[in-house]
Amino acid sequence: MSTRIARSTPGARAAMVIAALGLIVLAAAPWWAGRADMRLLGEIYLYLSLAVLWNLMAGYAGLVSVGQQAYVGFGGYMLFALTMFAGLHPILAILLGGVLAAAISVPIAALIFRLKGAYFAIGTWVMAEVFRLSFAQASSLGGGSGSSLPVDVVRSLADSRSGREALSYWLALGAAVTVMACVYLFLRSRRGLALTAIRDSEVAAAGLGINIWRTKLEVYVVTSAFTAIIGGLIFLQKLRISPDAAFSVNDWTAFVIFIVVIGGIGTLEGPIIGTILFFLLRETLADLGTIYLIVLGLVAIVIMLKAPKGVWGLIRSRFDLELFPLSYRVRTDAPDKGA
Amino acid sequence: MDWVSAVVQGTLLGGLYALFAAGLSLIFGVMRLVNIAHGDLIVLAAYLGLSTTVMLGVHPFVALLIVMPAMAGIGYCLQRGVLNQTLGDDILPPLLVTFGLSVIIQNALLEGYSADPQKMSAGTLETASISAGGLTVGVLPLLTFAIAVAVIAGLQFMFYRTAMGRAFRAVSDNSDIAQLMGLNKAHVFGVAMAIALAVTAIAGILLGVRTSFDPSVGGARLIFGFEAVIIGGLGNLWGTLAGGVILGVAQTLGAKVDPGWQLLAGHIAFLIVLAVRPNGLFPRVSH
Amino acid sequence: MGDALLSLNALDAHYGDFQALFGVDMEVHAGEVLAIIGANGAGKTTLMRSISGLLKNAAGQVAYRGQQIGALRADQVAAHGIALVPEGRQLFPSLSVEENLLIGAQVGRKGPWSLEPVYQLFPVLKERRHQASTTLSGGQQQMVAIGRALMANPEVILFDEISLGLAPVIIKSIYDALPDIVGEGMTALIVEQDISKALAVSGRVYCLQEGRVSLTGRTQDVSREDITRAYFGMDA
Repeated sequence: MSTRIARSTPGARAAMVIAALGLIVLAAAPWWAGRADMRLLGEIYLYLSLAVLWNLMAGYAGLVSVGQQAYVGFGGYMLFALTMFAGLHPILAILLGGVLAAAISVPIAALIFRLKGAYFAIGTWVMAEVFRLSFAQASSLGGGSGSSLPVDVVRSLADSRSGREALSYWLALGAAVTVMACVYLFLRSRRGLALTAIRDSEVAAAGLGINIWRTKLEVYVVTSAFTAIIGGLIFLQKLRISPDAAFSVNDWTAFVIFIVVIGGIGTLEGPIIGTILFFLLRETLADLGTIYLIVLGLVAIVIMLKAPKGVWGLIRSRFDLELFPLSYRVRTDAPDKGA
Repeated sequence: MDWVSAVVQGTLLGGLYALFAAGLSLIFGVMRLVNIAHGDLIVLAAYLGLSTTVMLGVHPFVALLIVMPAMAGIGYCLQRGVLNQTLGDDILPPLLVTFGLSVIIQNALLEGYSADPQKMSAGTLETASISAGGLTVGVLPLLTFAIAVAVIAGLQFMFYRTAMGRAFRAVSDNSDIAQLMGLNKAHVFGVAMAIALAVTAIAGILLGVRTSFDPSVGGARLIFGFEAVIIGGLGNLWGTLAGGVILGVAQTLGAKVDPGWQLLAGHIAFLIVLAVRPNGLFPRVSH
Repeated sequence: MGDALLSLNALDAHYGDFQALFGVDMEVHAGEVLAIIGANGAGKTTLMRSISGLLKNAAGQVAYRGQQIGALRADQVAAHGIALVPEGRQLFPSLSVEENLLIGAQVGRKGPWSLEPVYQLFPVLKERRHQASTTLSGGQQQMVAIGRALMANPEVILFDEISLGLAPVIIKSIYDALPDIVGEGMTALIVEQDISKALAVSGRVYCLQEGRVSLTGRTQDVSREDITRAYFGMDA
């Protein structure tokens, strides 16, 4: 009887194959989906990315932020500013926006990392407010009322409208895949292991020589950069930006938190399930307006109290599944029933 | 003289911010809970006040007789029914549950009262003012500040001089051992939240008399209260008042430079304090 | 033996997956002083925590005056008149000495104990009543912890590690005070490392070993050899 320790399981390998096939189908959407469906799918990919990123911070690094709209809005504004004033190509502007967000997130972290736990959360919100109020002062970007992406900038993406829509669809899909792959590989790496150690016990992790502050900072900076890139893509779809839309706590944080909580915080699968459930709920209940948001709030509270690991946690405890193999399993090859 | 006037106005505004903060500070002190829905509860209190004044035709201050017990009751039930279940070593459940609560309150208010701005009328009190030495000060801001001082003195007395305050401190120190002393911590936490929301009721009424409000303004009230707490130093109620005053003065001075700078100046003052004195200006000295 | 004041019936206790007590039976009669001895990890503190309600147990496992109190919360157990002097004193650091004592009276039971009698028992506490409890020496802290438990006017008082970590002179003064405490008609369970001290003040003894009762009997009836065997689980 031999035992081996493995991450991969047959279930996970099957999921990989299905995911690869699914990805091909989704990538071909411009040839089979309507305009409205493509817009919806693009929005789903971007929300999925935001959820995966927020989950990395809150669920793995213990950095519970309610201010990620700061970086969504920043990325959006960088797209507008860099294309309008520096004449950059939109895609380049979005990527550069990510780099700038990383740079600006370091001094911000130095300040708000002084706040612990829940106070950190409110501190991130204050920073987002500072961003919103500052961009509202920028009259060249339309001040409080915002501005639209100039036509020539939009044209520089592709000549035809359908071409632009396909491109922004592929960018959203690519971003989602990239974000998920990066987060997955990061969590499998040595650093990811350190992060898990910190989540399980900060004291023990410090005893193992892990620099907690630095590890959290790295997560914060990388997350901020990616969040800004997603923000750029969001406003590339919308083509219009204003401070209130760019730095909306409801749109870019509340919904993202609900997605992660409902799906399962601290799991990689959670944000995917959460995004699917969120959009199903939205597409069926959106006509109810505020009632829909009240229901969403209630669902999140009930899940947090009764099933803190979310829907994925419930599925996992029932079926012992793991689509993204992160945890190690000891498996016994011989089928005998030992003790 | 304009600048002096701005400082005075800011100081008085700080009283209102201290009232936003006092409840936040109390519940953090007793149960280490940070309530993200705190600002929305302030706005809820303002709407309850509005309904009371409209339905009974009474002055907003008289409406407090109804709104305070109502908010205290809501606080007690909320704590025992929901929030007590979230307390523990993990900070996520209380944070996310109160965040969900915030969204629920906001949208319930939207549903019930619409997004139109509302205001409570306090009659002649709103326009009355006192002039002294070339300075003109509104009676309402002055009254607000006096109420803030009285509320904080009252909370301070309750916390350090009464059996209830003793119970709060004991449960905060070690809830297991406090339980051995016959204190039911679920009840003690419920009472703490009731008191915090009674203070919130006062803050909400004063907010609704001072300015117009709509269901979306809760987040900003939470942030002002939070900034006052951090500027003043955690666990120090008089420090919270000082923090509120600093925030208020920064805002009025900012507004004096450029109206668009009012809120930004307050946030910047907060960030400067956070950078220079991360424990606040008046951190509590441990006995 | 149906007249027991406090009785444990096949009491189990768990910390997560770890079982700390296995079917402990115990009868405590009104007015007696019981010594609980045992090696580290034998389950003495767990026993105290179970009786006082800090550890939840099944409803039928603890009875007091014929009432089932096993499933009650600690504050409800305290209201029945059972007080615990916890291991390591565990005073409230934000409270002064006097406030620590006053909070003991929160249960609201009537009886002979109030601030003055406690100050008579431990005069040093009266001098320091306005000091923060953290500024006291270990021995004085233990006096506060005992006084705090007495303020509840309990019928049963549980002492967990009554002398652990204290200087000999302090231990002596605490043991000197013991007759004044139990003389008031109180029932006491004393967990003590120092076996001879425990036996000197108690009428009966229970020895725990790895979560089970390994010996029980009247103090004068048990021999040194019995105790050594029950304590270490081996033949002396």
